Amino acid sequence: MKDINIEDLTFAYSNKIEVLHHISLVVESGESVGLIGANGAGKSTLLKLLVGLAEGYQGSIALGGLRVEKKNLARIRAKAGYVFQDSESQLFLSTVYEDVAFGPRNYGLAEEEVDGRVMEALRKMHIEDLKDRQIYRMSGGQKKLASIATILSLEPKVMLLDEPSIALDPRNRRTLIHILNEIRETKVIATHDLDMVWDTCERTVLISAGRVRKDGKTREILRDKELLEANGLELPLSMQRL
Amino acid sequence: MNKLQKAVKDIHIVDEGEAGRKGQGMVHPLSRLVVTVWYILLTVSFPKYDLSGLGAMVVYLLVTGIWEEISFKEALGRIWPVLILAGAVGIANPLVDKKVYWESGSLAVTYGMVSMVTLMLKGIFCVMASYLLIMTVGMEGICSSLRSLHVPREFVTILLLMHRYLIVLLKEAERMMQAYRLRAPGQKGIHVKAWGAFAGQLLLRSIDRAQTVYESMLLRGYTGEIIGKRLVAGRWSSLCYAAFWALALAGIRILPVFQIVGSLF
Repeated sequence: MKDINIEDLTFAYSNKIEVLHHISLVVESGESVGLIGANGAGKSTLLKLLVGLAEGYQGSIALGGLRVEKKNLARIRAKAGYVFQDSESQLFLSTVYEDVAFGPRNYGLAEEEVDGRVMEALRKMHIEDLKDRQIYRMSGGQKKLASIATILSLEPKVMLLDEPSIALDPRNRRTLIHILNEIRETKVIATHDLDMVWDTCERTVLISAGRVRKDGKTREILRDKELLEANGLELPLSMQRL
Repeated sequence: MNKLQKAVKDIHIVDEGEAGRKGQGMVHPLSRLVVTVWYILLTVSFPKYDLSGLGAMVVYLLVTGIWEEISFKEALGRIWPVLILAGAVGIANPLVDKKVYWESGSLAVTYGMVSMVTLMLKGIFCVMASYLLIMTVGMEGICSSLRSLHVPREFVTILLLMHRYLIVLLKEAERMMQAYRLRAPGQKGIHVKAWGAFAGQLLLRSIDRAQTVYESMLLRGYTGEIIGKRLVAGRWSSLCYAAFWALALAGIRILPVFQIVGSLF
């Protein structure tokens, strides 16, 4: 089943400069896809378009079988979890519990179910002990894990993660990779961290200047030094050591 | 710690305070809100020359502060600018109301002076009562209670979002100040030439951050109302708390407490 179906997508912000050009992409249910590209390639914009945070595109975008348009946004957002690059913006309530419970409460779930979902999300992220922690007292890594938990509590079918490893130390990054590999939902991970893509995604889509340059197996794309360098990237660090 | 960092910390203390206070779980925030509103109504209802009657209203502040272990020193440190504003309300009274109220030798106290002090105390008591409420239940508790009282959700949501935006604004200002200081060593404050650019950047950056926070809320099903935690507290203890203070405060308002206490000795 196609969780994401993008056909001939072209998008420009209000300044008329096109950010994405004629992009077509299908992500099947359960797939884990790495979206890679240099700064300004259009990765974040593409993710935002999938959940309707950017408007006015040409072509067709469907998520979970629903076309991304105003009347479907509520249902689409119930299916898709979006993890922002900046965890500070994702977490806006006082404690971890309250923030993770924010989504389920908005969907009108009973308090017992909200509690169950929150605890399950915290368990998946291995941060049950942070349940009552004040957000401002947490480290960057803990905030990132908590921000992913805020999405997991919604039990999304599709997870969209924008630079999830940014500002993480090696240990927290390793923990995050481990957790992402445990999550069975469809994942699209937009990142510069090619080593993370290597460890978490079986498929990679390389975007450059708003166009899909290559779509294929992670192990093939991330080994192609010429391709990566031609598109403003480098081999993953783990490959450079070989 | 600079002023901005201190301001952010103070807001976090308010957030944190609500989870750690003694009465949490015993008294529902709604009871506290009702008692505070009742207290403010009774305080402002005192006649302008009834200084001794008004003075007795300090009992509620003292009992609440001591019970909840809230430092009055810290409280004064945080809200003194508001207290000065509140206290300045009746400052002109001694000039217009010069009738003598009480005199001893050459010392005369006029009605204007008494009404000035009464007005000052009213302002200070009301601000202190509001401060104690915020410190004991937090903004989220107050907002949930307001919704229970059917205050329009738009109003409540704006109140809560303003509280959150304040944090965003202060944090952005702090980041910009840090960046500025590092490139302007030895300079005190921001140079006047940079004020315009600084204010503009602060506005743009904080709006940008606020927009991202809003998007994050939208993506998690936000439809115009922040549904807070279901507040759990003992039903009977909350009722008893509200009933006790409602009666006690009404008693203080009606009866000349100081005179009664004085007649006992």
